[in-house]
Amino acid sequence: MSTAPPSSLPPIAEPHSSASLPPEEHPLHVSLPYDLRPRSARAVRDVRLQQFVGGATAIRDRARVDIFREDFGDRSEGIKRLAGSIKQHTLDHLDWYLGRFIENARARGVIVHVARDGNEANEICASIAAAKGCKTCVKSKSMVTEETGLLPVLESRGVKTIETDLGEFIIQLDHDAPSHLVAPMIHKDRTAVGRAFTRELGVPYTEDPRELAGIARDYLRKAYAQADLGISGANFLVAETGSIVLCTNEGNGRFCTSAPPVHIAVAGIEKLIPAMEHLGVMLKVLARSATAQPLTCYTHIVTGPRRADEHDGPREVHLVLLDNGRSAMLAAETRELLRCIRCGACLNACPVYRRIGGHSYGSVYSGPIGAVITPLLKGLHNYPDLPHATSLCGACYEACPVKIDIPRRLIGLRERMVRERLAGPAERLAMAVWSRVVGNGWSYLFSSRAMRLTLRELARAQGLLNGSDPFASRAWFPSLPGPLKAWTEERDFPSPTESSFRDWWRDREGERS
Amino acid sequence: MSELSHGPGTRTSVNVSLFITCLGDSYFPRAGIAAVKVLEHLGCKVDFPEAQTCCGQPMFNNGFHDDARKLARRMIRVFERSEAVVTVSGSCASMIREYYAGLFSQEPAVAAAAHQLAGKTYEFAEFLKGPLGVDLRALGARWKGSTTYHYSCHLRGLGVTTEATDLLSQVDGVDFRPLRSPEQCCGFGGTFATKYPEISGAMVRDKARDIAGTGAQTVVSSEPGCTMNIQGACRRLGYEIAFKSLPELIAESLGLLDAGGGPGGGAA
Repeated sequence: MSTAPPSSLPPIAEPHSSASLPPEEHPLHVSLPYDLRPRSARAVRDVRLQQFVGGATAIRDRARVDIFREDFGDRSEGIKRLAGSIKQHTLDHLDWYLGRFIENARARGVIVHVARDGNEANEICASIAAAKGCKTCVKSKSMVTEETGLLPVLESRGVKTIETDLGEFIIQLDHDAPSHLVAPMIHKDRTAVGRAFTRELGVPYTEDPRELAGIARDYLRKAYAQADLGISGANFLVAETGSIVLCTNEGNGRFCTSAPPVHIAVAGIEKLIPAMEHLGVMLKVLARSATAQPLTCYTHIVTGPRRADEHDGPREVHLVLLDNGRSAMLAAETRELLRCIRCGACLNACPVYRRIGGHSYGSVYSGPIGAVITPLLKGLHNYPDLPHATSLCGACYEACPVKIDIPRRLIGLRERMVRERLAGPAERLAMAVWSRVVGNGWSYLFSSRAMRLTLRELARAQGLLNGSDPFASRAWFPSLPGPLKAWTEERDFPSPTESSFRDWWRDREGERS
Repeated sequence: MSELSHGPGTRTSVNVSLFITCLGDSYFPRAGIAAVKVLEHLGCKVDFPEAQTCCGQPMFNNGFHDDARKLARRMIRVFERSEAVVTVSGSCASMIREYYAGLFSQEPAVAAAAHQLAGKTYEFAEFLKGPLGVDLRALGARWKGSTTYHYSCHLRGLGVTTEATDLLSQVDGVDFRPLRSPEQCCGFGGTFATKYPEISGAMVRDKARDIAGTGAQTVVSSEPGCTMNIQGACRRLGYEIAFKSLPELIAESLGLLDAGGGPGGGAA
């Protein structure tokens, strides 16, 4: 770090805050209940978004598959299962490991706080800042502080806060919000970055990534030197040693947690693992799943504040352990969701995420894992679309490094919606009728015949029938009314064939007997 | 599986019950006919329990588990005496294999029967490659044309990976052209296709473009739901490509079915 006296920081954009934008316009803090359709419909028509998000996720997904195959081969599934079982074991005994972690962290001098919800966590952070007279905060990337909305709270209390992860820094400059767990600005390109830098920092326009990174670096170096508070999240909390583990690629996390005199880490209670020997396994799968690296460039292990014989590091380390709906997820059927290590692999693998991007989910956590945890954290009635806006293709489950069966959990949420009468009356009626009709041999035959005759008659009337093979020829409808209208808005719908398989079978059996 | 004796390309004497599925029965009967002919050609004794209806997947996936349970109970009874259950749809097979037992966590006897059904239910290609151990080369399979193959997502859950493409590679004359992104979902997803048509539509157009990019004349696609979706999109986009299920292609390659239909319609 430079020994020159810190020069003053140029003005930086006001952070994105839900107050500065109409609530329905803010990407992540949306009015509830949230309707996904307007945003997803806009996103699928957004050619640039398709290009950036679709392209980048496909590359990341391929790289993940390759590195697992190259490094682990047939053992890939085994190591994922091991990582999943480490997390599951910890969650199964969470009270014990939490107690152990808190005890060991305190023994190392960490001041441990417990927050029931996001507001409590924000209050704890703001009051530490006030008590220590902190004015400038450097912050490393943290999804959990996005979840609690910490940054606007700090700003409103007069603590100037600067995001130091390059992606998050750009997002902050451009008054935007992250759209991916690992790659927050996956939805943006470098021209948008260049424009934001010119507008907010007053530098000449450039879209050269190297130059842009250099500008950000100069700005952030000054910020580190000036900061009196560092805030981070945590990738893992090690119960055995009371350590906070941070994985980054830019070294910004290390600056944030060692340059300022006070460090506050905010972490969900699910971040625990038992011991250092388990960290090795978790690091192996995290970096490979997130960025297809064997290890992130920096793995920073914070075990207490600066000791008497040490020359640097913070004088005070605080840890805020956040619940915010997590302990409710410890219920048997949702517990496995807390294994998530926020690697983003399921987002990259998901054909829906690739098409609609992170902001369509209307929440900090997007993609498959977001679709299943957002309704649990913020209310199923508030996010009725999320469990349904998926084809249940299972790519997320295959990608997941801790083996979370996301499709099964999505179906579980759909089941809960039916049980809690959140499913619409029309759907309830349709399903009741449908299951009754197909639940009886006679009515099944009658209804499939009626459907066949209706659609074939309609096809005949429209002159769509062609071919003469009773078991293969069919009509294709360019447009249909009623429940199939939505289908034919996007693609043609086929008619049944003239004869069914059953017809063929019966004729054949008749001939035989 | 030990009772299912077999050798490469040889005849067997397994009793097989065909599970045709709702869409297979009404929309893709030729696939079922082909499956029967191929299995019989391989020496299996095929029956078709006519009391079978729907496996309950649409209700289950939409969260209506009481309704799904009734249908599952019925299917478990219908196939109780079967030695092996074979279906063209990996999707309906996955409903039985992955989810049936869980529906009866309160009824151990039914759960046990569900487990038993799960253990003897196979997707068509899986059955040929696995229990039957078929080698189509030894049977003289021959089919001329360029094809690509649509891998349906539910095969993932079944652990079925290269079975269908392995079988295709055993057919003399098949010019196989792989997709760029075979593992990417076509966007069908049952009611997803009509609940979120814009997203589903964008996904299926990706799939259709991938298919068109191969230059193949025929898509081998066995999953009825996917086929309706992808073929419907290919037609909308004006791609002249024929669709055929794997049993149809194999039946034709063994001379058990006449090659029928032209691009885009007919015997698709």
